[in-house]
Amino acid sequence: MNMMYSLSRRSVLQLAGGAAALPLAPGLLGDGVAHAAASGTLTIAYNVNLPSFDPTVGLSAVNPTIQSIYQSVFDPYIGQAADLSFKPGLLTKWGWNEDRSKITLELRKGATWHDGSPVTPEDVVWSLERAADPKSGNPIQFVWSKVGNYKIDGNTITGDVKEFEPTFFKWMAFLTAYVLPKAYYEKVGAEGFEKAPIGSGPYKVDAFERNAFLRLKAHPGYWGPKPAFETVVFKFITDSTSRVAEMESGGSDLTFEIPYEEFDRLKNKPGLVGQTKPVSDIAMIFLTDIDPMLDRNVRLAANHAIDKKAIVDKLLKGYGVPISTLEAPGYAAFDPSIKVSYDPELAKSLLAKSGYTPDKPVKFTIQTTRGFKPKDYEMIQAIVGMWRKVGIDATIEVYEIAKHFELRARHALAPAAFYNWGDAIGDPSCSTGFAMFGPSPHSAWKGKDLIERIGPLWGEKDEAKRIAGWKAVDKYIAEEGEVIPLFQYVQPIIHKKGLKVVAQASGMILPQFITPA
Amino acid sequence: MRWGEIIRRLVLVPPTLFGVAVIVFVLLRVVPGDPIAMMIPPGASEADIVRLRALYGLDQPIFHQFTIWLGQVASGDFGRSISIRQGVLDLLLTRLPATIELSLLAALIAVVIGVLAALAGILARGRRAEWAVDGGIGVLLAIPDFLWALILLLLFGVLIPLLPISGRIDPQVEIDLRSNFYLIESLLTGRFDTAFALLHHMILPALALALPFAAIIARLLKASLAEAEDQDYAQIARARGYSRPAILLHEVFPNALIPTVALGGVQVTLLLGGTVLVERIFSYEGIGNMAIDAVINRDFPLIQGLVLTFAVMFIALNLAVDLIVALLDPRLRHG
Repeated sequence: MNMMYSLSRRSVLQLAGGAAALPLAPGLLGDGVAHAAASGTLTIAYNVNLPSFDPTVGLSAVNPTIQSIYQSVFDPYIGQAADLSFKPGLLTKWGWNEDRSKITLELRKGATWHDGSPVTPEDVVWSLERAADPKSGNPIQFVWSKVGNYKIDGNTITGDVKEFEPTFFKWMAFLTAYVLPKAYYEKVGAEGFEKAPIGSGPYKVDAFERNAFLRLKAHPGYWGPKPAFETVVFKFITDSTSRVAEMESGGSDLTFEIPYEEFDRLKNKPGLVGQTKPVSDIAMIFLTDIDPMLDRNVRLAANHAIDKKAIVDKLLKGYGVPISTLEAPGYAAFDPSIKVSYDPELAKSLLAKSGYTPDKPVKFTIQTTRGFKPKDYEMIQAIVGMWRKVGIDATIEVYEIAKHFELRARHALAPAAFYNWGDAIGDPSCSTGFAMFGPSPHSAWKGKDLIERIGPLWGEKDEAKRIAGWKAVDKYIAEEGEVIPLFQYVQPIIHKKGLKVVAQASGMILPQFITPA
Repeated sequence: MRWGEIIRRLVLVPPTLFGVAVIVFVLLRVVPGDPIAMMIPPGASEADIVRLRALYGLDQPIFHQFTIWLGQVASGDFGRSISIRQGVLDLLLTRLPATIELSLLAALIAVVIGVLAALAGILARGRRAEWAVDGGIGVLLAIPDFLWALILLLLFGVLIPLLPISGRIDPQVEIDLRSNFYLIESLLTGRFDTAFALLHHMILPALALALPFAAIIARLLKASLAEAEDQDYAQIARARGYSRPAILLHEVFPNALIPTVALGGVQVTLLLGGTVLVERIFSYEGIGNMAIDAVINRDFPLIQGLVLTFAVMFIALNLAVDLIVALLDPRLRHG
């Protein structure tokens, strides 16, 4: 499509007469929120830039926020429904054999790459082997390397299990789990692929201006339902104020990740609709197993002194779901029977047992980001206020998220540190597991108690037993207060009237699931 | 400025850049924030971290990393971006034209506004209207460029949605240009529709950058005009019956221009620095916008390349300003 910009008299007048038109503002606003659905183009004001097109290597491959774009262009091995459940994608069947020593995959027939060539089992095997190669730079290589020696028989692929990984197929729907075109990639190389990527997803890349926009066109040979919009534009607008302005000006049809106050304001404006959905991302406070967190009474008191509902209601305008474990509702090991109550009197009595009172408080530092997540700093301020009332005197230290990652990898976080934790496959190994298992570079709690409890679950072949095991671990952690789960985030989405948006629990904004209402 | 002075300044460029390179290289590795720590996924082991660190060459001692990088830079290879996974030089060459065009447009707007404001102020000298001009200049100066960006964004993007508030060009426009100097090339090749589309997007960010700079120009030029107007030659011209506007334009203005260019020219570096936040706010695809992502991602090679690019631009600008001043001032031109 070649739509050259027309130098019309109207646009010249618009450019020249901006200031003179001030009194006409109310009338112009009406035009600003005109329905875009009829234009055939869906414009999304997107909150992060797209650094790289290869979804399987490098920094952006493990950034959950970018996966919306990747899943528009590339097909994951296995699809995922809006509620995090798994569904056929490029693979129509997948599974273990009886003794978990082999996997079998069946490739969908009729799928094509954006250049029209067919998606073959060789593409799938090449993608899996490349992902498992330590030299490829795939950050999830440790998962993909657990299966190898693939064999092809028609559209069926089998592989030998080198080390049993219960979540192998769940990973096939998430980070770095994309099938890439072997022949094309080998022909153009990594640099060539970055300049002209092709996938087998519902949209193909039409134009890309780095840090400005990505324009996609519907892939005519897509195996799934034809997307409702022929053209999709992702405008990269990282500043939330600018995204709000984009919606108000009518420049975009949809945006998300905006301040809740702005969400409440915009959803009440004519022509705009707001919708929210709890997503697979939680707020939590890491407790590091150093003094004073080695004292169980202090840990439990820090947990019971926090009124999570008040934080959600007052700071987050109600957009959050208080949680008691690192499993959010909808996750495979979520157990609603595990409750950590708000009980300041209990917190006081626990601290008293260790010799602390509001007049003689226990002191430690809590680290937090400021502006990385909605109201992060304000939330920690509120929590410190709640703690002070029961006998905890915490000093707030603000740091950048990059410093948090570095400190966490070095096991050098303060006794308490705020963070958010995503788990788009909803598996406990990705939530409680990696966050609390000592040998993981992400855990702040290195205690043997959890290593002994979690260790056997990594290789558990009985799925029901594995999930029950994780629930028991979550219960133990709650009883010991070894982490402070706060709440599940709710994603605010603002879009124009005339659109129907299927919000994903993973938090992805997938244009293939956006249709005219 | 004599040729000897120019050569002396040029000779100082390599050691200056070397100093910048050392400082940025060491600082990046001393301040908190490890790109590998940001890259490791859930479930990664210590061995995975070691593997990734080696893959990006970050397992080497800092001095060794520096010598490798310096050797590469000397041969025109700025390394490969960790986050974007492309050659840094290629990325810089692709994005720099957007920033240069935005800065040039902003400078042009600033000069026009600044000169007009200074002339208006000097013509109103001693009257109440001068207060209004001074007040206006004060307001322009008091509000930083990123705040102007937000004000303009809300004003012309939301309240009166007349101008686009994001990007360099409309996503629906097909770009068929050879260089990355979109605006300059489209103007030179007569593709005025494309040029107009680009200007449509550039006006708000350029204006945000221009307004504080215009105030600096206005204030410097107005003070210089006032000083020059009090000189004997201006008074004599007036005694001979020349009109004040004619004296201001033909006698006073050329002389007042020299200190304005000398002092104001240096301030252009502020305008360049301002592109970082302003480009971000307007999602403009220049190197300023890219710089923020590079810092967030701790993309060491890209940050190093960006800082060196900014350093080269600052040095070149200062040199250019000195040359212009030398051309304007006969005392310097003739030694």
